[in-house]
Amino acid sequence: MKSAAVELRNVSFSYNHQLILKDVTLTIQENDFMAIIGPNGGGKSTLLKIILGLLKPDEGDVRIFGCIPQKARDKIGYLPQKFIFDPDFPINVMETVMMGRYHGLLKKYSKKDEKKAKQALKDVNMLDYEDRQISRLSGGQMQRVLIARALAREPKLLLMDEPMASIDPEMQNSFYQLMARLKNKMAIVLVSHDVGAVSVHVDKIACLNQKLFYHGPVENAAEGLEEVYKCPIELISHGIPHRMLREH
Amino acid sequence: MLEFLQYEFMQRAFLAAVLVSVACGAVGTYVVIKRIVSLSGAISHAAFGGVGLGYFFSLNPVIAAIPFSILAALSIGFARDKMKISEDTAIGILWSVGMALGIIFINLKSGYAPDLFSYLFGSILTVSTTDLYIMLVLDVIIIFLVYLFRREFLAVSFDEEFSKVVGLNSTYINMLLLALIALSIVVLIKVVGVILLIALLAIPAAIAKQYTYDIRKLMILSTILGVILTSLGLILSFIFNLSSGATIVLVMAVAFLLSYYIQD
Ligand SMILES: Nc1ncnc2c1ncn2[C@@H]1O[C@H](COP(=O)(O)OP(=O)(O)OP(=O)(O)O)[C@@H](O)[C@H]1O
Ligand SMILES: [Mg+2]
Repeated sequence: MKSAAVELRNVSFSYNHQLILKDVTLTIQENDFMAIIGPNGGGKSTLLKIILGLLKPDEGDVRIFGCIPQKARDKIGYLPQKFIFDPDFPINVMETVMMGRYHGLLKKYSKKDEKKAKQALKDVNMLDYEDRQISRLSGGQMQRVLIARALAREPKLLLMDEPMASIDPEMQNSFYQLMARLKNKMAIVLVSHDVGAVSVHVDKIACLNQKLFYHGPVENAAEGLEEVYKCPIELISHGIPHRMLREH
Repeated sequence: MLEFLQYEFMQRAFLAAVLVSVACGAVGTYVVIKRIVSLSGAISHAAFGGVGLGYFFSLNPVIAAIPFSILAALSIGFARDKMKISEDTAIGILWSVGMALGIIFINLKSGYAPDLFSYLFGSILTVSTTDLYIMLVLDVIIIFLVYLFRREFLAVSFDEEFSKVVGLNSTYINMLLLALIALSIVVLIKVVGVILLIALLAIPAAIAKQYTYDIRKLMILSTILGVILTSLGLILSFIFNLSSGATIVLVMAVAFLLSYYIQD
């Protein structure tokens, strides 16, 4: 049997004795396209970092394609939510994206790595900027470069923390088209606050606010969303509105 | 003008200036872009403990400073990454403890060290042929390691979290970089001394950074700037009979100010 892309079993995590994630059990299949949704501070970014192995859960078990996260580094692409960098740092767009092709100590970047990095830049419409120093990019352009860096890895599991932050509508459109093309090749997980937009495109939703309130197909997500946000949410899945009519 | 080149000590001093600048260009670039100038300053002060140790065991102080400053560099990295001591605090402690150890070692030996001053403030004119060989070997090691680990150093300097995500052991790479900084500090000790040398590590790269965004060019440009400014400082100190380390530092500071205004 093939292992799932992500398998979290009874994962709990706290920062300085403050419980952030409680008993989260979640499986993400290798072709899932899933959105993680929840209020600010709900633990979404923390959950991604646990999947990445950047944080260790206090309890529970994390498996990425059947291995511990550290052994699955080659299979994961990641877009961080916030990335504080020195804008003056001597690095250009292409060099930034090439970091996504890093495959181990002393391993040279090959022609193939270069090709994949360029393809990723093309996918986010930034190939024209490949030689541009990163301080001379707009916020949204930088975000696209970072998306390209995640894509360049050709991951089997793509984790993106709020990829649509500061991305313009036109690019958002082409981003979702790109995801639609990629979703047969990899598991995609994205964190988003734009429930309406995301629910049109993704197949599954996970509602997280310390606990996992719901995870499963978008069609049935309404109740979970209501619980997690403590208010009715309008949901549009695959073009069919599922309006929340229950009184609160 | 070039008459002082006929003195052998002057020739050695110019050779030292070149060797020093290579270390400054390669490692100083990382010190500046990774913003670890004060951390490097702490390692350089701590290296004085190694100098003292050298006195104590009657070894060449520069050689004794090699393991000592590497150890100091690694312990500051360890304190920061593993013991979760704030970097600022670790810097302050290491800085003074290293100096204190150096002084105690010298006390224990004789209480008086004839050329102590040259290790504190540098004296490029007393650089011996042995010193030059030590500097040369260290330079070769530094360049080799920087070349070998250039991708890793760039990745952890730019985005440590992402470098972990792609499977890079950022703790080890950070430690290696700190060890390289320790080595370049040893290269610099004789020329400018532990108290002043941080300026040489930081200023040429800081000037060069205003003119290029390409890290290779940045390293080359800071090396060239290092050679020019160190030599200029050396000549001025010779002409006006001033302390060479201090003169070189001031020449660099003036160059930094000028470059800042030229940039605008
Ligand atoms: N480094 C940290 N140290 C201590 N607490 C932290 C740290 N990072 C996050 N937290 C806490 O963990 C909780 C979850 O944070 P997390 O970043 O996972 O939320 P999120 O769901 O991603 O929120 P947002 O929608 O704002 O991005 C928050 O309450 C936050 O205060
Ligand atoms: Mg977040």
